[in-house]
Amino acid sequence: MFILEQLLNGLQLGVMLFLMSAGLTLVFGIMRVINLAHGSFYMLGAYVAATVTMHSGSFLLGMLAALPAAGLAGILVELIVLRRLYQRDHLDQVLATFGLIFFFNELTRMIWGRQPLFMEVPSWLAGSVELLPGIRYPVYRLAILLVGVVVALFLYLLFSRTRLGMRIRAGATNRETVAALGVNIRLLYTLVFGLGTMLAGLAGMMAGPILAVEAGMGDSILILTFVVIVIGGIGSVRGALVGAILVGLVDTLARAFLPGLLRLVLTTAAADRAGAAIASMSVYIFMALFLALRPAGLFPVSES
Amino acid sequence: MTRATVTAPGWPVLLFAGCGILFLLVLPPVLELSGHQYLLSLATRALIYALAASSLNLILGYGGMVSLGHAAFMGIGAYVVGILSHQAAGSGLLSPAAVQGAGPVSALMAWPAAVALAMLFALVTGVVSLRTRGMHFIMITLAFAQMVYFFFISLESYGGSDGMVLASRDRLPGIDLGDDRVFYYLCLGLLLLFLAFVHRLVNARFGRVLVGCRENEKRLQVLGFATFGYRLLAYCLAGGAAGLAGALLAEQGGYVSPAMLHWTRSGELMVMVLLGGTGTLAGPVLGAFVLLFLEEYLALYTEHWMVILGPVLVLAVLFARGGLYPMLAGHGRER
Repeated sequence: MFILEQLLNGLQLGVMLFLMSAGLTLVFGIMRVINLAHGSFYMLGAYVAATVTMHSGSFLLGMLAALPAAGLAGILVELIVLRRLYQRDHLDQVLATFGLIFFFNELTRMIWGRQPLFMEVPSWLAGSVELLPGIRYPVYRLAILLVGVVVALFLYLLFSRTRLGMRIRAGATNRETVAALGVNIRLLYTLVFGLGTMLAGLAGMMAGPILAVEAGMGDSILILTFVVIVIGGIGSVRGALVGAILVGLVDTLARAFLPGLLRLVLTTAAADRAGAAIASMSVYIFMALFLALRPAGLFPVSES
Repeated sequence: MTRATVTAPGWPVLLFAGCGILFLLVLPPVLELSGHQYLLSLATRALIYALAASSLNLILGYGGMVSLGHAAFMGIGAYVVGILSHQAAGSGLLSPAAVQGAGPVSALMAWPAAVALAMLFALVTGVVSLRTRGMHFIMITLAFAQMVYFFFISLESYGGSDGMVLASRDRLPGIDLGDDRVFYYLCLGLLLLFLAFVHRLVNARFGRVLVGCRENEKRLQVLGFATFGYRLLAYCLAGGAAGLAGALLAEQGGYVSPAMLHWTRSGELMVMVLLGGTGTLAGPVLGAFVLLFLEEYLALYTEHWMVILGPVLVLAVLFARGGLYPMLAGHGRER
């Protein structure tokens, strides 16, 4: 029964990672830009949601403020900085966006101070439900899973059923041709970037009540997001979905069960220590093994 | 490909190198006379970071291998020094009698061990990561660095996430490492030695092949070069030098902690290389000094100096293409 709970926890981490990686993989797949500052929008979403919720007392209002804030901030960053980096090599992109991380982390410290903010789960999402006899699970975490499903559906419909989605896919395959056909590719890039940062803001907002809202909170999830993208195949949203769930499950299950498994062969103290150590490395070990077998990831997008 | 000859550097390069070395030589007495002794430890740290950045430059600038995990090598070097010193002080878990209670560890043992272990790690991870390119290479080097980071965090007997303070600097026969000025000149000497080594290396056949791999690896393979071996060797050499820099950093600051190998440290090393000038000998040194002193200078004015440094970096990328050194020395990237 403990297994079911851990599986759900893993899926929930997977949803967070999917929201983060969907935007990032799109940005990379379409614009060929590495954006290290993606975690900053996650942080921004969490801060705006926490502040608005605190002052208005309404979680929904916090959500309604956080999404456009993250999206708009993303659009601004794209217009001011990233747009100039499309034609540069990865090294320049890594560096400039690394500078952006410094800027955003310190900016939040200036505005909100060094103390972490705490966000409460809204009353209508508090409590837990009984999934199976004897297994209770927090409603809020189930809501996160639901949001993940909705976003995945939304992205699927956007890409396969709308004209905008078609253009985005076409832009990923060959930008020159799409531009020559009269599509405003620059505007398209800005919109995709804004969509990506909005999803990151959504993830940050949902993480608010679970984790502490503090400067630099985006840095650790950013690294996991990159792991997801590399495993899923850079540029593939489908890959991001599968990769995110895999990484979420591997991380959560390793943390939950490795110490117990190691206790079969080691003393309790040694097993707990080694288990915790290997568990925190598990995602990276998984990625290294995965890349050794499938260097291009699960769903490779051909480079044009 | 015929035997590569050492290219004669033009006079601006020689002038710049001469002035730079002279500046670094007279820096300690000048700081002392002007009453700024406290800057000596910062300058020493800049020399150490310059060594690490130069080692990154060997693979990144010349070899085109964009590694975002270079701080791992530094961390391994630092932890080798830290753990040996911890054992010698008799507070560790598994103190072999040979080291225990022997007082400060000999640097002649600790530093080569740091280099060797960093090189070994580079060899093992290099075999896997050098099979990938571009974005994948960036991410896989990052992943390996994260593994080491979490590994050291889990070492509870060596301070866990807090790290540990070293009792004293190691001893070196005939040299007093405890003297900050002596330590400065030692770091300077090691840095210059490594730069001379890199200079010989990149102007030799090995370096030409390395640069060739950056430009077009397929072509070199067609010419019959086993390029993988060349790149792996460069990766190991860079790892070893970064390991030495990590060992020096542990000695200099007197402490080691997992924060030394957080991924943002790897990013900072990359910043130093790019700020100074990728693929140039003096660039990373210049970059390390500019970045560390800029941080110190900005911190005098505001505790929120990062909010200024960030945009400065963005501007540097956008407008100072190729880095500061080529701008100062008046020529483009050494190709």
